[in-house]
Amino acid sequence: MDLLDQLADTFFNWEEMAKVIPALLMVGLPNTLILAIASGILGSLLGLGLAMMGISRNAGARWVARIYTDIFRGLPAILVILVIGIGLSPIAREITGSRNPYPLGILALTLVAAAYIGEIFRSGIQSVEKGQLEASRALGFSYGSSMRLVVVPQGIRRVLPALVNQFISLLKDSSLVFMLGLAASDREIFRIGNDAMANTGNLSPLVAAGVLYLILTVPLTHFVNYIDHRLRTGKPEKKEPDELAAPIGKGAQA
Amino acid sequence: MTEFASGTLTGKNLHLSFGHNHVLRGIDLHVEKGTTASVIGPSGSGKSTLLRVMNRLIEPDQGDILLDGRSVLKDNPDELRQRIGMVFQQFNLFPHKTVVDNVSLALRKLRKLPQEQARAEALEQLDLVGLKHKADARPANLSGGQQQRVAIARALAMKPEVMFFDEATSALDPELVKGVLALMTDLAKGGMTMVVVTHEMGFSRNVSDTVTFMDAGVVVESGPPQQIFSEPRTDRLKDFLSDVL
Repeated sequence: MDLLDQLADTFFNWEEMAKVIPALLMVGLPNTLILAIASGILGSLLGLGLAMMGISRNAGARWVARIYTDIFRGLPAILVILVIGIGLSPIAREITGSRNPYPLGILALTLVAAAYIGEIFRSGIQSVEKGQLEASRALGFSYGSSMRLVVVPQGIRRVLPALVNQFISLLKDSSLVFMLGLAASDREIFRIGNDAMANTGNLSPLVAAGVLYLILTVPLTHFVNYIDHRLRTGKPEKKEPDELAAPIGKGAQA
Repeated sequence: MTEFASGTLTGKNLHLSFGHNHVLRGIDLHVEKGTTASVIGPSGSGKSTLLRVMNRLIEPDQGDILLDGRSVLKDNPDELRQRIGMVFQQFNLFPHKTVVDNVSLALRKLRKLPQEQARAEALEQLDLVGLKHKADARPANLSGGQQQRVAIARALAMKPEVMFFDEATSALDPELVKGVLALMTDLAKGGMTMVVVTHEMGFSRNVSDTVTFMDAGVVVESGPPQQIFSEPRTDRLKDFLSDVL
């Protein structure tokens, strides 16, 4: 049973795990969350802009959105992160005066996420019935106000599950910024596990990092299922018969 | 019913094409202040399109639209539509807002009323259509008839000078039609200027002051209901009436 013991030691060495857990929680977790949440918010804003351009009546705007989406959806995230993170770092250093790769990491993740989120928003907005825009415009709202008050809020509601999925993706892809070379205090979950693995030659720290990712992502996937179900069926509520029509209906039967 | 600040609406020689499809071919429609004009005709005759052209949801290719004798084609179309309420076949309530918010949205955002006042006015309108008790429900939890009455309240809240009804009862279950027609009749009797595109021949005959029969983008016949229904002059109208009555 030497082999099994060896495997257990490779993956589940509790001592090695225990050593890395404080760093995972105190340094890695906040950094991963910063990367994912910042690029999630910025990517949503940029994505919403792309979606509005994608459905615009202006052909130029539609083209810009199309080309942007094709490029950033078609490239591997790691390539975008490297190109932006390394290519723009002299400029970033000039502007911010710091060598911290986070702003550029967030920028790269944002650019990639926006391409996907833009398509998610666009499909949601286009799924809203034409009558909604018509009714809003018939009340006297402009095209812009109608989109802002009536159409876009409904479209976003419909794609909430897809948006959460995209955020799960971001949580995982945030690990790729390790390629930019991070100072000890800037390391996110993956990098901390990876460093500990390299130092000890034992995989257990990476397994611990993996478990931490799962603790973040699994509840989110179940949350997606919950809101998806909720959006599909709505909150159960009792319907009342139309009380003006009811007596008429009864009269017709009598 | 309350009193309405009704206006007189006139469409003159209205033309509209979608590509090669000439949908409106020179339509004239005059609705005197406080009266109800119904528009009847087979599907595809351009009735619903005519309504959308007359409130400039679709801009006409040619012709003029006059409200109280003044051309409105040069005005801001959004301002024109605030003066013309519209009710749709599919209700088109905003499903993400409560019933009272559906009614108060335009009051708050367009008439810039403070929240409290907008809600109070919206509740007043809902009371008129008998649905004040549903104020905080979602449209999805209302019957079709209730939804359509909310849609009427939503349009009335803006104190329009003219009301358009685009087959407002066509999507309703038969037992819910009467409640909506009764409300429309009340509005007509209350002095609202109305243009009603309808398949309800009973309403057209008994409530409207004038009836316009459209077919293939032209007005084939128009006149008082008595004349249209009892003494049709053209074969097209006779055929249509024998099909629907």
